Amino acid sequence: MIEVNKDNFEQEVINSNKPVIVDFWGPSCQPCLELLPQVEKLSEAYKDKVKLVKVNSAGNRRLCIKLRVMGLPSFLAFKNGKEVKRISGQDLTIKEIEELIKSIA
Amino acid sequence: MQLKRAINFFELWEMTGVVTMNNYDVIIVGAGPAGLTAALFNARSKLKTLCIDEIGNGGQAAITDLIENYPGFPEGITGSKLTIKMAEQVERFGAEKITEKVQKLKLEEEYRVVVTNQSKYRAKAVIIASGASPRMLGCPGEIDFRGRGVSYCATCDGAFYEGSNILVIGGGNAAVEEAVYLTKFADKVTLVHRRQELRAAKVAQERAFTNPKIDIIWDSVVEKISGNSSVEKVILKNVRSGERREMFVDGVFVYAGLEPNSAWVKGVVRLDEKGNILTDENMCTNIKGVYAAGDVRRKLLRQVLTAASDGAIAAFHAERYIESQFYGS
Repeated sequence: MIEVNKDNFEQEVINSNKPVIVDFWGPSCQPCLELLPQVEKLSEAYKDKVKLVKVNSAGNRRLCIKLRVMGLPSFLAFKNGKEVKRISGQDLTIKEIEELIKSIA
Repeated sequence: MQLKRAINFFELWEMTGVVTMNNYDVIIVGAGPAGLTAALFNARSKLKTLCIDEIGNGGQAAITDLIENYPGFPEGITGSKLTIKMAEQVERFGAEKITEKVQKLKLEEEYRVVVTNQSKYRAKAVIIASGASPRMLGCPGEIDFRGRGVSYCATCDGAFYEGSNILVIGGGNAAVEEAVYLTKFADKVTLVHRRQELRAAKVAQERAFTNPKIDIIWDSVVEKISGNSSVEKVILKNVRSGERREMFVDGVFVYAGLEPNSAWVKGVVRLDEKGNILTDENMCTNIKGVYAAGDVRRKLLRQVLTAASDGAIAAFHAERYIESQFYGS
């Protein structure tokens, strides 16, 4: 999964041909760190249909504020450059994330 | 132990290849401090041990900022570091770990079967350490603004509130400690408690009382959370006078108690009226071969330390039970 920041967000997410899921995580968010390796696996499994990228909220506060992400972990689904769905909360399960991926695949 | 035992019916059936079922000596549901400690003890005893958690390691402890009352760490240790160490210790002794959501506990003669969203696992004994989750306020706006100003995890989301004005709801240890933690980021933290005194440990209370960024509103509850794209204001109600007031805030952190994660064993294992699992002092539930440990149990002191202690006791008695039930003369 590529790391996205304010510089490449437009190119990687908004202008993507494929639907995109953005995983917002942070170094002090333990639930995020638990999920990351499992999300990496999903990213591999669904790579033909959906692109998964991640944003480290710690270095990208402005981007988070712009997208109104104020809670971690958050997963935002983009289709044709527009946010179509999001899920958030420290009790998110990998299953819910997979369902989000499937819903836009 | 392995040599002594006779092959049972299920194993014979599986050997024929007709069915496959994942068999263990002990299944531990939950990988917080209680579950990880139980897994450590059972795995060290060379029992075939499986630990199932729907999220990962650490449970509530993993999202706690600083733990100062777990012995052996004079400077305190962050919840995430402590639980990562616990998980590493479990791994060293070879317990298996999976991330699945448990749905049901079934009793099949002398076996206990844990049904998850993906599979079924059978064991000779089960230790329920599924913990507890934050109790929601249940007021309008709470769900709508989750992740947009309503949070249950200060270590996850605190940094989003740099320079802002936030509310922390509750009066127990978690509420008071996390309120103090949040002053690292926020300009102002208001603790809202429905009673007139805090339940948190005295050390934590003192830190809150002397912190210039923390205000406390007593006898009050949140009646409504509202805003546009994120939280903008709340309505507080004084439970004594009935008086309401509006407050403009950027975020609401909820630490208003816990709900035991026991719905999946309801009807199988005896619970109290709040959903806590009833056990004796050996962590035995009313069902033979089923134990409970940690915050999911009915108990008074819910701490990492007492969860770990429960886990050790449950593991010890599960092991004794397996020996006598399956390998005894």
